[in-house]
Amino acid sequence: MQRAYEVMFIVRPDVLEEDMDKLISTLQGHATTAGATVQNTEKMGRRRLAYDVKKFQDGQYVLFTLQADGKAIHELERRMRVAEQVIKYITVRTDEEQQRLDKVRKLRASRTKRPPAEPATAENEGSAVNA
Amino acid sequence: MADENQEVSTPPQRPAGRPDRPDRPDRGPGGPSREGGRKFFRRKKVCKFCVEKIDDINYKDVRLLTQFVAERGKIVPRRLTGVCTPHQRQLTAAIKRARNIALLPFAAR
Repeated sequence: MQRAYEVMFIVRPDVLEEDMDKLISTLQGHATTAGATVQNTEKMGRRRLAYDVKKFQDGQYVLFTLQADGKAIHELERRMRVAEQVIKYITVRTDEEQQRLDKVRKLRASRTKRPPAEPATAENEGSAVNA
Repeated sequence: MADENQEVSTPPQRPAGRPDRPDRPDRGPGGPSREGGRKFFRRKKVCKFCVEKIDDINYKDVRLLTQFVAERGKIVPRRLTGVCTPHQRQLTAAIKRARNIALLPFAAR
């Protein structure tokens, strides 16, 4: 069962740019071999942590967007736990939320379409025109 | 945020017939509007997410979330911010996620 996930993780601040790229590509490799497809990778840059994590005050944030099943996610999480440079990670399942959002957007679009089309006429007539 | 209970100290048994919500002054997360004596004029609080049509309350959007977090890192209750119930629920989940990934503090010093 493939689902949409977001994995955000924090890399130690003292890891260099090229080492981080290497780490990201190896993690991506692990994810793909586990059966996931990485759709997007975003380096969100360095920012101050809201609280100390492993005695670090800063961190470099990286975000993966991927399609994966539970096993692949489990494997990826295990790899991150083992990786020394990764100090914190979070996995969020996004497909349900996305579905809900699409629904809301569609509803809103259909609702806002009506008034500008037929502002003066009665409501039932406006809907009849659109339908 | 300890001064909320001063002016409208809601007793546990509040007299019946007294409306609950419109009694409180408007004090959004950004608006400190101290009421100078109880006036008739009290702006109705509205849900920011409904008004601005923000569907997606994402844990990555720290700028948005910090508006609903008190100085010490607490989630500001609905009765102070005017956020509607469904949105407050989403907001709470988002804030908790953001805390977990160190975007927001659990407790600020």
